[in-house]
Amino acid sequence: MTSTTWAVAAEGLRKRYGTTTALDGFDLTVREGTVCGLLGPNGAGKTTAVRILTTLLRFDGGRAEVAGLDVASQAAQVRHRIGLLGQHAAVDEVLGGRQNLVMFGRLYHLRATTARRRADELLERFGLRDAAGRPAGQYSGGMRRRLDLAASLLLAPRVLFLDEPTTGLDPRGRNEVWEAVRGLVAGGTTVLLTTQYLDEADQLADRISVIDHGRVIAEGSPEQLKSRLGGDRIDVVVRDAGELPAAAAAVARVAVATTEVDRDTRRVSAPVGDRVAALTEVVRALDDAGLAAEDIALRRPTLDEVFLRLTGRPTDEEATAA
Amino acid sequence: MTTTDTPAIPRTPLERLHWAILATWTITGRDLDHWVRQPAPVLVALLFPVMLVLMFGYLFGGAMSVPDGGSYREFLMPGMFALTMVFGVEATMLAVTTDAARGVTDRFRSMPMAASAVVAGRGTADMLGSVVGLAVLLACGLAVGWRWHGGAGDALLAVGALLLLRFALVWVGIYLGLLARNPEAVTAVQVLVWPLAFLSNAFVAPATMPGWLGTVVEWNPLSATVSATRELFGNPGWGGDSWVAQHALLMAVVWPLVLLAVFLPLSVRRYRRLSR
Repeated sequence: MTSTTWAVAAEGLRKRYGTTTALDGFDLTVREGTVCGLLGPNGAGKTTAVRILTTLLRFDGGRAEVAGLDVASQAAQVRHRIGLLGQHAAVDEVLGGRQNLVMFGRLYHLRATTARRRADELLERFGLRDAAGRPAGQYSGGMRRRLDLAASLLLAPRVLFLDEPTTGLDPRGRNEVWEAVRGLVAGGTTVLLTTQYLDEADQLADRISVIDHGRVIAEGSPEQLKSRLGGDRIDVVVRDAGELPAAAAAVARVAVATTEVDRDTRRVSAPVGDRVAALTEVVRALDDAGLAAEDIALRRPTLDEVFLRLTGRPTDEEATAA
Repeated sequence: MTTTDTPAIPRTPLERLHWAILATWTITGRDLDHWVRQPAPVLVALLFPVMLVLMFGYLFGGAMSVPDGGSYREFLMPGMFALTMVFGVEATMLAVTTDAARGVTDRFRSMPMAASAVVAGRGTADMLGSVVGLAVLLACGLAVGWRWHGGAGDALLAVGALLLLRFALVWVGIYLGLLARNPEAVTAVQVLVWPLAFLSNAFVAPATMPGWLGTVVEWNPLSATVSATRELFGNPGWGGDSWVAQHALLMAVVWPLVLLAVFLPLSVRRYRRLSR
């Protein structure tokens, strides 16, 4: 924990809200200059972890350091070295984009001239110069998020925390935010990013920690995790449940692991190696068997499958639904 | 990445105070910018009491009787001044709740700034707004024939009593704002202000009400400020037989201090509980 190469180091963090345990021995280390993705379903404890690391929330046990400073006893110094992008775009919706940045800059105790210069630099960098005078409430979701990001970068923070930065954004907004984050990372900022989306972590993170029930249950590079999870999957939906065994047999010819059959949805599903070859093979096999499938699709594993694989049980939401 | 001359962290209490004052001023300036950017709600807030004066002064005023036989509009204006201070709670509450719901409060809390500055800036802006609102309504009063009959010193004391009530209510607004989960909750307060207003001596003298109701009305904190304002401005309708009516000036100081003593610690506690 004493090593200075860790931008974030948390050890055995525990946090309870009444009878609910939000964090249950949460460990995490993030090396300086890297992007760490904290991946997990709703309620896994991602936001709680971020709120503790950004000094917004007290915790019941364990210890945490950010930029080499103790989060509990050196909170004021920690706040000098971090930027936070919360779940909402935390900007003043009445003020203009530039007014927002100058105000937050002044609250960071930048001189008035420095705050204005810094605001203009950041507006330029995030492509908001033309919208600088408009109220932030009139911005698109992606623009507001970029302004939010600019506000958290006023002091050039050592560590930037992004809590579900693209939740609620359309694909274009997501791309805008991803581009902005990639630019930061190229500049050497350490980023801790929480997300529910496997592809977001995949796009941005050097390392991913998967969190469930308040603790990290797996970590590694995106490649390492994906290879543990198997690659693409093929889904075949048949018209009649009676055709499932034949379809399962066809899919099993290309499956690289167990073929799963779900009678309720009349779906056969299995991980495959070579995407295109597998698809061709399955279509031919179904045709030979005289089966007309309702749907055939190749897809990436979903987060639910990631969890199923990592924990041997479905996520809470699925378990409740079942 | 461009270099930013990162300011040093304040170490001495004096430096911390300096930072807190600068931050308070920044937050106040932000709220004043809101008025410039969104003048419509400000105008509505300024003109709504004027409309009430016209409505009660001219529409219902003919049917109202003032115990000492004075002019109803002279009786009404101190009530309207005090009521305008109460309306301010909604503005405070709305601003606090909106910041919390939009995550702006969390951003402030994650920044190296004094927590007190958020609240102090809010309070300063609200007090400035109330001074403007009061000035508009004083001018409106003069236009409808209201006058003060005492000295300038008493008149200033009356304004002081009104602003003291507003200052206490800033903390009520901050507490309710931190308590509310979303800005829509402000509507409830907007509705609840009316029973408080009608159960006071702002519109009607307690002497004309059934005995028990008159007592309830006289003990309403709003009534104390209204009575004191009437007394200091020399307007009709103050005084009465009960102890509380006899000591309106005292109660106009005591009630706001009681509200402060309750809601200031509650607000601080609620703000701290955000980190639970």
